[in-house]
Formats: sequence, C-alpha cells, structure tokens
Amino acid sequence: MASTDVDTAEAGLAAEIEVEAYRRLFPLQYYERHLAESVRPDSRALNRARDTTVALGPVTCADGSALVKIGDTTMLAAIKLEVMIPTVESPDEGSVAVDYQMPPICSPLVRPGRSAEAAPVISKQLSDVIMSSGMINLKEFSLVSGKAAWIAYLDIYCLNADGSLFDAALLSAVAAFSHLQIPLVSLNDDGRVITFSEEMKGKPTLEPVNKEKRRLTLASIPFSLTCILHDKYVVSDPTAEEESIMDTHVTVVLDTKGRLISLYKAGGTVLAYTSTFKECIALAKQRVEELSEILSESLSAMDVE
Amino acid sequence: MGTKNLDDRADGRTNNQLRPLTCSRNLLNRAHGSARWSQGETIVLAAVFGPKAGTKKGDNPEKASIEVIWKPKIGQTGRQEKECEMILRRTLHSICLLTVHPNTTTSVIVQVIGDDGALLPCAINASCAALVDAGIPLKYVAVAISCGLAPGGSIILDPTTQEEQEMEGIITLVFPNPPLSVLPKPQSPGEEHINLGVITSLACGVLSVADYERCLERGSAACIKISEFLRRGLQSLSREGSTSTT
Repeated sequence: MASTDVDTAEAGLAAEIEVEAYRRLFPLQYYERHLAESVRPDSRALNRARDTTVALGPVTCADGSALVKIGDTTMLAAIKLEVMIPTVESPDEGSVAVDYQMPPICSPLVRPGRSAEAAPVISKQLSDVIMSSGMINLKEFSLVSGKAAWIAYLDIYCLNADGSLFDAALLSAVAAFSHLQIPLVSLNDDGRVITFSEEMKGKPTLEPVNKEKRRLTLASIPFSLTCILHDKYVVSDPTAEEESIMDTHVTVVLDTKGRLISLYKAGGTVLAYTSTFKECIALAKQRVEELSEILSESLSAMDVE
Repeated sequence: MGTKNLDDRADGRTNNQLRPLTCSRNLLNRAHGSARWSQGETIVLAAVFGPKAGTKKGDNPEKASIEVIWKPKIGQTGRQEKECEMILRRTLHSICLLTVHPNTTTSVIVQVIGDDGALLPCAINASCAALVDAGIPLKYVAVAISCGLAPGGSIILDPTTQEEQEMEGIITLVFPNPPLSVLPKPQSPGEEHINLGVITSLACGVLSVADYERCLERGSAACIKISEFLRRGLQSLSREGSTSTT
C-alpha cells in the first residue's frame, strides 16, 4: 500500500506509518482506500459474504438446535417445546416465543449487568420476520384442538458478535426449526398430556396423540443479508469493525420463493435510492441461494447419520 | 389498484388520501422545543432538551449524540418501544448536523397520546418539528409515511390500526424533504419523480419486490405533500401557531 501514489496529507502520512497504525488512526480512510481497489481488508470482494457453516443438533437436551457461524459471528439457537393450552381465538394453533440474548462474552461493547441495546431490537425483528414470513404453520403445533398445543421457546445466544448479527441469528433460528423434532406424547387417564416414552409402548390404553416423531414442514424459508452503504459502494456481510466505521446498514430478508419479507434501513448518512435497493435485493437473492444450499447440505448430512 | 372503488376505506378516504394532519409547536414551556403532531386519531407529543454537555460512554465525543426516550400511551417500555427508539434515534442522527455541537447530547422525548395506526411515522414527524422548534441544526427535515399493501395488491397510504391488521405488508418510509417542493416534476420518461433518497425504510409482511418499488413511488409522492404541509407550518410567523389540513 505504501507504494501507491499519494496526494493528500493523510495519505502522505500513510506512506510513512505502519499499516496497522494507519488502520487504527484513520479507520475510514483505511477502508476507503480498500474500497477504491474493490477489495476489503480481509481480502473479500465487496459483494462476498464470509464463509458460513451450519451445525445441527449441538444441544442434545433441546428438541431442535443449531450452531451457526458466519465468519467469526457465532450464534447458538435452541428450541424447547412445551405443552400449553391454546388461546380461545385460535384453538388449533400453537405458538412461538422468540428470545435473543447477547451475553457479555460476545463482544467488548456489551458490559455485564447491563443488557445490550441491540438485543431487544434484534429479538423483535426476529419474531416479526419468523411470524410474518409464514415459514411455520402454527397448526402443526396443535395436539388436541382447544385443549393442548405446543409452544416453541426459541432461544438464541450470540456467542461471538462480529457483525451481521441479524443474519446469523435468523439463519440459526431457521436451522433450529428445520432440525426440530416434535416428540411423541400421549394423553393419560386424566386427559393430561404426557411425554411418550419407550417403556409405555406395552400399555395399549395409551395411544400417542401424534403418531411418530416428525419434523415441521417449512413452507418457504427466510434468509437475510446485511449490506453497508458507503458512497456508491455496497458492501455485503460486514464485520463488526466495518459496521462501526460505516453507519448505513440495510438488511434485506428474502424467502426461498423470492418474496420480500423485510427491508430494514434505519437512518445512516447515505440515502438509498431505488437502484441501491435493487442492488441490495439482487445480492440478497444470491445469498439466499447460497444459504439454502448450505442448510439443505447440513440437513441431508444429518439424515445420513 | 385502479380497479378498487374509491370509497373502499372505512373512513371514506381514497387509497392515496392521508388523514387530516395537524401540527402545533412550542406547547411545553420547560422544554427547549416541542411539537404535537396528529394524523387523525394518532397523536404524538415530542419534546427536545438540549444540547446538553457530554455524551454517553461509547459515543463519539467529536460529534453530537442524540438520545430518544419513547413513552408509550399505557404500560411499560417493552421490545416494541425499544425498537421504535432505536429507529427514531438512527433516523434523527442522520438528519442532524452532528459536528456543530460536538460532545453534546440532545434528548428527544416522545409521548404517545393516541395510537390509531402509522404511529412511528407520526412520531418521526413530531420529533422533526420539535427539533426545528428547538433550533437544533439539521441537514434537512425528515418526512415519514406509512403505506399498507392490501391483499388485492392495492396500496393505501396512512393506514389506521384496523386497516393495518388487514394488510399483507406495512411499509414505513422516511424521506428528506425535497429542497423545493414547488418545483415541477421532471417529465423525462426515465427519470420519474422518485429522486428522493430513502433515509429509513421498514417493511414487514410478505410482499413482492415490485410491490415494494410501487410503495416507494407512492410514498415519495405523498411525502412531498406532507413536507409542503410541514414547511407551511414551520414558516408561519407565530411560533405557537397550529396548522392543520384535510
């Protein structure tokens, strides 16, 4: 970098100081010089997302769980099913409760004792996206109409916050739902729902309410991509460092059928025009294909086991 | 959208019609600036205190910082309110000239008085009017609008709570007010009247990309009307003056 032509005073200074010091002192200029070369400090192209892995079933005591890594951002999602009495308005439907936690281990910005500012916001966005996307048919959570239904407690823990938190949280949530197995239950003599276990097979009086362990059928799965807008550049899947330097973030959530579930841009110095949105949506489309492939690969790998 | 009856909405509005707007400023004498903005039954009161010395830990001391406190009509601040606070703070952050008063904090307190749909846009409009009233240096004033996508594919503007529940998708858009809203629209075919950049965009529900673009178009057209109203209100000589339109 030191060999490139320099004309401003700051850039002239850059030729003399170490790269790492320049990065700390002039983070924005450091990034802008990278952006001008269409490359990012971690050697990604501007529209490339980081390597993503999905591991299903890391939490054995939960009914469904997933560990997702997008670059260094790590999310652990687990779903626990409990039996509840459905509401009067919808006797055939279960429900989903989403909770997103950012413990202090995930980032130096989160301090113990005080919850992170972003956590309730991401939690709200997640439950909005999951419920409005129609991914889950809540009727599948029904056990006995008007009497019993499943409530799915989805808990997501951020273990390492390195940018694009919503993307990783949503991916871990959909992965956990696709890993979810609804356990066998039966009604006992008092009409209460009890978990069906192996030793009860002998008793003919107890018929399982749901015939076999089953997966949910997910209609269309939502995936998201966060982009940063800076000048004319669109930088996808930012790291925490990039997010702190450039403040215009756009999160696009598309489902596997290509429908728009959410488009979230809250403020930021850069104004977005229709063409910018189109570019973000096109990038998100690519990302949806990538992610659905990664998810189906890890699902089929699990079925082989 | 053209196939729908014009009087389809419960309150007799057409799809593109907004509810009556009112804006009055300088209502609170202890606050440095305040404004009350109403769109039909949705009423929000915003107060601005500041700039006060110092910023919160973690904020950039070379710039001014904005703090938003959202008070719901009833009950306690929950997730919903936290989300509104964050959206409002980021939106206001992007319209303020932050370098004029470095190392200061400006508090914006939003009190919801009535909620009948389009609450967040109403709060954004109210806070902008309050910031102007307090004399906080701004790049431009933000104008917010909410659009609803009806199951038939038609777009309605400024939906009420009842309408919001029937909608397939709700889109909230915030635009900067155009520099001169009386300027005739450019008529060249390629360049339509959407030359407004979007400050904040929220979309929820299932919609197609084309529907979103239609909403953008409608929203920006409606925002020109709201910003004309806001401009008239802000230019009126008496500060206490209240303006309204139908």
